[in-house]
Amino acid sequence: MNAPMTAGYNFAYLDEQTKRMIRRAILKAIAIPGYQVPFASREMPMPYGWGTGGVQVTAAVIGEHDVLKVIDQGSDDTTNAVSIRKFFARTAGVATTTSTADATVIQTRHRIPEAPLTEDQILVYQVPIPEPLRFLEPRETETRTMHALEEYGLMHVKLYEDIARHGHIATTYAYPVKVNGRYLMDASPTPKFDNPKMHLSPALQLFGAGREKRIYALPPYTQVVSLDFEDHPFEVNRFDKPCALCAAHGVYLDEVVLDDRGGRMFVCSDTDFCETRRAEGHRGEMLADTPADGGAA
Amino acid sequence: MYVAVKGGERAIDNAHRLLDHARRGDPAVPEITPAQIDEQLALAVDRVMAEGSLYDRDLAALAIKQSRGDLIEAIFLVRAFRTTLPRFGASEPVDSGAMRIERRVSATYKDLPGGQVLGPTFDYTHRLVDFALAAGVSPPEPATAGQGEAIDAPHVTGLLDDEGLIEVNPGAQADHPVGDLTREPLEFPAGRDLRLQNLARGDEGFLLALGYSTQRGFGRTHPFVGEIRFGEVEVAFTPEELGFPVSLGRVALTECEMVTQFAGTAEVAPQFTRGYGLVFGQSERKAMSMALVDRALRTREFGEDVVAPAQDEEFVLSHSDNVQATGFVEHLKLPHYVDFQAELGLVRQLRREHAERAAAKASDAAAHREAAE
Amino acid sequence: MSAALSTTLSAGFERPVFDAQAVFRCVMMAMARPGLIRTLTVAVKPPGRMAPAAAALALAMCDFESPVWLDDALAADPAVAEFLRFHTGAPIVADPRKASFAFLADGAEMPPLDCFALGSPEYPDRSTTLVIGVDWIDTESGWRLAGPGVNGQTRFSAGPLPHDFLGRLSDNRGLFPRGVDLVFVHGDRVAAIPRSTVVEK
Repeated sequence: MNAPMTAGYNFAYLDEQTKRMIRRAILKAIAIPGYQVPFASREMPMPYGWGTGGVQVTAAVIGEHDVLKVIDQGSDDTTNAVSIRKFFARTAGVATTTSTADATVIQTRHRIPEAPLTEDQILVYQVPIPEPLRFLEPRETETRTMHALEEYGLMHVKLYEDIARHGHIATTYAYPVKVNGRYLMDASPTPKFDNPKMHLSPALQLFGAGREKRIYALPPYTQVVSLDFEDHPFEVNRFDKPCALCAAHGVYLDEVVLDDRGGRMFVCSDTDFCETRRAEGHRGEMLADTPADGGAA
Repeated sequence: MYVAVKGGERAIDNAHRLLDHARRGDPAVPEITPAQIDEQLALAVDRVMAEGSLYDRDLAALAIKQSRGDLIEAIFLVRAFRTTLPRFGASEPVDSGAMRIERRVSATYKDLPGGQVLGPTFDYTHRLVDFALAAGVSPPEPATAGQGEAIDAPHVTGLLDDEGLIEVNPGAQADHPVGDLTREPLEFPAGRDLRLQNLARGDEGFLLALGYSTQRGFGRTHPFVGEIRFGEVEVAFTPEELGFPVSLGRVALTECEMVTQFAGTAEVAPQFTRGYGLVFGQSERKAMSMALVDRALRTREFGEDVVAPAQDEEFVLSHSDNVQATGFVEHLKLPHYVDFQAELGLVRQLRREHAERAAAKASDAAAHREAAE
Repeated sequence: MSAALSTTLSAGFERPVFDAQAVFRCVMMAMARPGLIRTLTVAVKPPGRMAPAAAALALAMCDFESPVWLDDALAADPAVAEFLRFHTGAPIVADPRKASFAFLADGAEMPPLDCFALGSPEYPDRSTTLVIGVDWIDTESGWRLAGPGVNGQTRFSAGPLPHDFLGRLSDNRGLFPRGVDLVFVHGDRVAAIPRSTVVEK
């Protein structure tokens, strides 16, 4: 549904000069996949660290005919997702949806939807720390040189130290990727489960880090390889059980604590995916006894 | 049956209503007005203007009311409003030498042209809670001699400069306009213009702690307060179509000029160096801290090694902004359960493997014992 | 101000906010999918020899913070500079190395690509985007494109362009991540070859 717009502000909040500045940065980001383009991030009417980069990218990209979906942790209903969706409904008057298939622009924090994306969709990531090397080398002056020289040995050493200590690579989210054989890129704090979805995705993927003032991008059909070693190949997070609500296998699950006696259930983190499956009649163990037509909440 | 949590939107709306209610407090107590805040909590307004980097007393006062007195929240409101304002250009540099001085002290000379003017200061108040204030008081008329009048008070550093005792301030460079970190992403190394802008917007507490650390030996600068002055200066702007400056009004500023560690080489005779602080409104703590940190950040310029936090440009400039800092620290309260789930899975797996290894070791040991027996 | 303008000044966008967004999206998707042709849905009456799509791109992307360079064919016609200055406020520079955007109407006579800003290894984004007017764009035959944004392989040709243009593109790719990005415009059609694209015969 299209919502009435808030008077007194430009379409999608940002002034046109700011949008042009961001749009120029996006063009460069697309032309240099995985490279972090500095941009003059503006102070947004929401806190830094809460999606200001993603919001600025979305505001620069979105048009009057777009349909926007906003998710946080895979869900449309988490408070920050609700808040950002409302912001665009108010300032841009655009249509919003919770359906992945119906959306043309999807802004996300920490997840990539389970349903495959298409060439007609744009995925906008909210990124807190865009620099994959930042926790190994806190200085921008140093990491910038490392990227220029394609000197990524530090990251391999870090991953290898994990293996030496734990027997595994101990990075489970924000897992580093190499883009088109050149730039080391932070996949944003999505679980590494989602990394393979970035590889050769038909959708354009844009990443915005507001506080750190960086934009980067993956054009559609771009090689995105998660770092690994021959004897320790990259593996995604695995779950022992299917979703307790829709019985889906091979999806990312949230652990829900049911009681204080160790009771747990695992349900889809992607709420739209789960609801769609339940509407199609799939039933997980927690819903096994309910009718197929709409017992799901 | 399990039902997923829904209703985020209603929860947010309800939280906002509750916030409005909490802001108003007990309706039996009269509601505060921005004018009261402006007049009676003027230093809070000054801080919000300074770190919000927008000189607008009414807006800052309203922001303080809206934020329930949370000054960083008020600064945030002012910043977010500032971003939406159109820009006409940059003013002419203000002339703090022509300030209508309300307060002016120097720690380097006992007396000097223009004199020492104590002005409105807490400095020599005894910090005894004034219970009479609780009931409200009408203070006696102030002694006004010299207050707010144009005193001819040349800069102390100018007096030193006349003797060549202090480094010369660089003049304006037409081919290098002053940068603006709100329009361009900050890059390192940053020029002093951008560093000073960053510090002027920076968090008072952060700068205070850094300035303090230089005094305790983490990047010592041997500072002397050449001068602190507070008062109003005129702001002039040259519109493109007129070609000459017109006055826009006056702003209140606090300026601190630190006279710091002398430097010299075989070629250049020793001279004192400078640290500079300038903030909106009356805030000597901030202006002094800024001057200390400014000088500390010039370490490399004087061929010294960067060894202390206050000298580390990337560290200081990247962490001085309280709107950025509070956003990122507080974002930790947003849901992170997807990432936490990933960590949970790994830690469980590592513990399982650890237990298996321990069990294997124990059974090996048992087998050895049996074999030995 | 208006007295100084010639009466022939072409109009800008009819709906500036929405038209700029529509043009940007079109250019963005062209850059994201090298070699694929996008057609603008916004009609702009261009000045002089500028292609409608080039004029629309200028209106959507350029302003006082993005210096513009014009090739001889466009620089010779004061209507072009007047259009850009009036509608975008972009400074027009003589040195192509200082340009964020370069607009060319005469592709066959274009200067070497390394005359433009190529960026540095630390900041490869500080480079020129070339907007080249051509007489035809073809995706049925021509060079083979591969790389980010290309699903397998695609074909592309445009012209007229210098006879050694393929070599120039290959040299530009060799500079990666430095280099220039190319946008070809014909009428209201747009296609791009960013620096990341591998172009072969």
